Amino acid sequence: MAETEGVRRRDFINIAAVSAVGVAGVGIVVPLISQMSPSADVLAASSTEVDISAIKSGQAIKAIFRKQPVFVRNLTAKEIAEADAVNVSTLRDPQTLKERTKEGKENWLITMGVCTHLGCIPLGAGEGETKGEFGGYFCPCHGSTYDTAARIRKGPAPKNLEVPKYEFASDTVVKIG
Amino acid sequence: MARILSILVGLFFTLALAWSFANGAYTQITQPPAVTAEHEFHLAPKEVHFASDGPFGKFDKQQLQRGFQIYKEVCSACHSLSHVAFRDLSQLGYTEGQVKAIAAGFQVPGVDPNTGEANMRPGMPTDYFPKPFANDIAARAANNNAIPPDLSLMTKARHDGPAYVYSLLTGFRSQEGFRNAKGQEILKEFPDAKTPNGLHFNPYFANLNLAMAPPLTSTGQVEYGPGNPKPTVDQMAKDVSAFLIWTAEPKLEKRKQTGLAVVLFLIFATVLGYMAYRNVWANQKH
Amino acid sequence: MSFPWAKEYQPASPLTKWVDERLPLPRLIYNALGAGYPVPRNLNYFWNFGILAGLCLVLQIVTGVVMAMHYAANTAVAFDTVEMTVRDVNWGWMMRYAHANGASAFFVVIYLHIFRGFYYGSYKAPREMVWLLGVVIFLLMMATAFMGYVLPWGQMSFWGAKVITGLFGAIPFVGEPLQQWLLGGFAPDNAALNRFFSLHYLLPFVIAGVVILHIWALHIPGSSNPTGVEVKTESDTVPFYPYFVAKDGWAVGLFAVLFSIMLFYFPNQLGHPDNYIPANPMSTPAHIVPEWYFWPFYAILRAFTSDFFFISAKLMGVMAMFGAILVWFFLPWLDKSPVRSSNYRPLYRKFFWFGLVPTMLVLFYCGGAPAAEPYVMLSQLAALYYFAHFLIVIPIVSAIEKPLPLPYSITESVLGNDEGAQLRPGHGATEAVHADAAVNPPLQGA
Repeated sequence: MAETEGVRRRDFINIAAVSAVGVAGVGIVVPLISQMSPSADVLAASSTEVDISAIKSGQAIKAIFRKQPVFVRNLTAKEIAEADAVNVSTLRDPQTLKERTKEGKENWLITMGVCTHLGCIPLGAGEGETKGEFGGYFCPCHGSTYDTAARIRKGPAPKNLEVPKYEFASDTVVKIG
Repeated sequence: MARILSILVGLFFTLALAWSFANGAYTQITQPPAVTAEHEFHLAPKEVHFASDGPFGKFDKQQLQRGFQIYKEVCSACHSLSHVAFRDLSQLGYTEGQVKAIAAGFQVPGVDPNTGEANMRPGMPTDYFPKPFANDIAARAANNNAIPPDLSLMTKARHDGPAYVYSLLTGFRSQEGFRNAKGQEILKEFPDAKTPNGLHFNPYFANLNLAMAPPLTSTGQVEYGPGNPKPTVDQMAKDVSAFLIWTAEPKLEKRKQTGLAVVLFLIFATVLGYMAYRNVWANQKH
Repeated sequence: MSFPWAKEYQPASPLTKWVDERLPLPRLIYNALGAGYPVPRNLNYFWNFGILAGLCLVLQIVTGVVMAMHYAANTAVAFDTVEMTVRDVNWGWMMRYAHANGASAFFVVIYLHIFRGFYYGSYKAPREMVWLLGVVIFLLMMATAFMGYVLPWGQMSFWGAKVITGLFGAIPFVGEPLQQWLLGGFAPDNAALNRFFSLHYLLPFVIAGVVILHIWALHIPGSSNPTGVEVKTESDTVPFYPYFVAKDGWAVGLFAVLFSIMLFYFPNQLGHPDNYIPANPMSTPAHIVPEWYFWPFYAILRAFTSDFFFISAKLMGVMAMFGAILVWFFLPWLDKSPVRSSNYRPLYRKFFWFGLVPTMLVLFYCGGAPAAEPYVMLSQLAALYYFAHFLIVIPIVSAIEKPLPLPYSITESVLGNDEGAQLRPGHGATEAVHADAAVNPPLQGA
C-alpha cells in the first residue's frame, strides 16, 4: 500500500516536472508571438482632423488616417438620390446611405479608401479618376465597383468601403478616429 | 472512403467555379463591359533604335552628352534624377574639370557653416542631382496636381522604356481628328474623352491625357555644339532617351561585355562537359 | 539503406581513413553522391532537375548573402540601397541580377522537377515521404520568394505584400487580427519590411535542411526511373559516380549557359517595370501582378468571383489558392494506380497531356493578365479542371484504368531482347550481373 503510494508520488513529481517545462515553454513562446503584433508607436494612431470647407459638392479628397487613405466626399443631390433609389435587400452588404452617414450631414460620405477585397486604393476620389459604372469608386486591382454610397455593387469585394469612426468637430472640420 | 471524400471536395471547388463562371458569363452577356477610349486609342511605343541595343551595344557618348544637355536645360526644371551623382557624368566622357564645373552649376541644399541654418550651395562631384521641388506637395502645387516622376530609372520603369520615352516626347498632337488603326475618330466615338483643361493629349500615354506640356517643341530649342546633328524634336527626343537608358543602367556596357565572355566560356566548358559525359557512358547502354 | 551491391567506401589515404573512423562524413557523401549510390541506368534528362534545383539554392544563398551586405531594411532607404548596390558596389549589378533571375531560374527548374514527379508517378509508394518533403520545400520557396520580392520596396513589392497579406483577412473571425499580427501594423510598413527581411534570410537555410531530409528519404528506396519498374538487380543500375556526375555535370553547364544569357542580356525581362518605381502607399498600380512563378495560383485566387452559398467569393478564392497546393500532399493516396510511369497508363496519359498541361498553361497565362474578360472566365474553366483533375479524375482513372504491360525489369527495357539480358522470374541476380558484364566491361576503380 505504502509502496504504490510512493510510486504515485514519484509519478506525480515526474508529471509535475514535465508540466513545469511545458509552462516554461509557453512562457517563452508568448512573448515571441506577441512581439510581432503592432507595436506601441504603430498603435498610437492619433486621430486625424480634416478640413472639409474647400470640398465643393460633387468633389472628394483623400485624407490620411493610420497611414491609409480616407475618402471624404461631398455628394450631390443626384448622387444621394441614386444611392437612395437602390433596393437595399439586393445588395451584397445591405446598408442604406443614411446608415453610412451622420444625421443631417447625408451629403458627407466618409469612408476608408481601402478596397475590402485585398486592400488596394480604389479610384474615384481624385480629379479625373474613373468612378466606375455605379458612379462611386472603382478598384483597378480586381474590378470591384462601388456606388455613390461606397457600397459594393460588382466585383470580388465582400463588403462596402468601411466607414471609420468620426464626428463633426464643427461644420467645416471632421475628426476621424 | 477516401476516394468519395476526395470527389466531394473536388465537386465543392468545381461547382463553386462553375457558379462563378456562370455568373460571369451572365454578366458578360447582359452588361457587356463598356469599351474605353484608352483601350481603343492607346498606341504602343514606336520602334526606335539606340547604339546601346543588342548584345554588342555600346553607348554613343556624344549622344549621351547631348541627352544630358537636354535634361539639364529642359527636363530638370520639373524632373529629379535622384539616383545619379555628378561624379557619374565622367562616364559620359567629361573630364574631371568639366564634371566639377557642371556640378558647380547646380545649387544643392546645404548647411551654412557659420549659422547652421539650411541654405543652398554650389554642387560638388560627390553630390547627387538636386530635386527641383522640396517635396511631393510642392511638386503637386506647381504642376497642376501632378507629380513629375523621377527620371533616373524611367527607361526601366515602363514597358519598352526607351521607346516609350521617345514616343511620349514626340507623340503630342492635336486630339481633333485623331484616328486609330480602325479609322475611328476619337472625339466622334468618345465625346467624353475630350482632353480636360490643363492636360495634354498624347496617345502613347496610358490614359491618353497627361499633365506634362510638350517639353520639346521646336528645332533648335537646345543648341548643340559643333559636330552634332541638327537638334530637331525627333533628334532631341532620341538623345534624351539614350541619356535615360544610361541613367537607368550605367553598367549596361560592362554587363554586355562580361556576358559575352561568360557565355562563350560556359559554352566551351559545356561542350567539354558533354564530351566527357559521352566518354564516361560510352560502354553503358541506357 | 542501399542495394546490396552498392560499393563500400574504402578510404584511399591514411588521412581519410582517420577521418572516416571518427566522423564518417566522407562515407556519407560517397554513399549519397558517389560511387556508393547505385542509380537506375535508364534515367532521362528529366532526372537532372534535382541537382539543378540544389545548385539554384546555393546560387540564391550565395548571391543573397552578398546582397544583404549592402541592403538596409527600412522603408525610407530600402529602394535606394538596392539601387546603390547596382550602381556603386563592385559587381553589385551582377549580384542583384543573378539573385533576381536566380529566383526565376529556381522556379523553372522546380516546376520541371515537379512535372517529372507528376508524369512518372515519383510520388507513389515507397517514395511518399520524398514527395511530401518536396511539397514542403515548394511551399517554403514560395514564402521565401514572396518575402524577397518585397525587400526592394518598389511599387509591386508594396502592393504585392498588401494583396497577399490581405488574403489572410479573408479568414473568418481571426482574419483581421491575424493580418495585423503578420504585418505588425495596419498596412505594410517598416515592421513588415524588417520581419520579411529577417525571414527571407532565415528560410533558405530551413529549405536547405528540408532538402537534406528530401535526399535522405530518396536514398531509402533509391531513385525512381522512367519505366516506374523498381530496381531488381545490379544490372539495372550504374553507380552515381562517374555516370551521373558526368551527366549532371554537362546539364549544369547547359543550365549555366541559358541562365547567363538571361542574366547578362535580358535581366529585366521577367521582372515588372513598376518595381523600378519606389513604393507609394497612396497610389495603386494599374495591374497588380505577382512574379510569374505565382501566376497559376494567382489565377485560381481571382477565378472565384461569386459567393458560393454562405462562403464569400474572397474566402473561396483564398481556400482554393492554398488548396491548389495542399492537394499535392494527398496525391500519393489519391492516385491508387500501382503503375508509376504515365508511359504505361494510356487513359491517365490523355488526361495529363490534354487536361493538366493545357490547364496549367492557361492558368500561367491568365494569372499574369489583367483581371478582365476573357481572362477571368478562362481561368475559371482552367481552375475548374485543375481541381477536377486532382480530386475527381485521378481517383477515378486510377481505379478503372487498364495499364499497358510493364517491362519485367529496367535491364530488359534498356537492352530489349538481348539474349543475355532477358531476365525472367526465377533467374538469380548473379546470372544477371554476369550477363550485364558481358555487355559492359566492369569499370575499374570507379
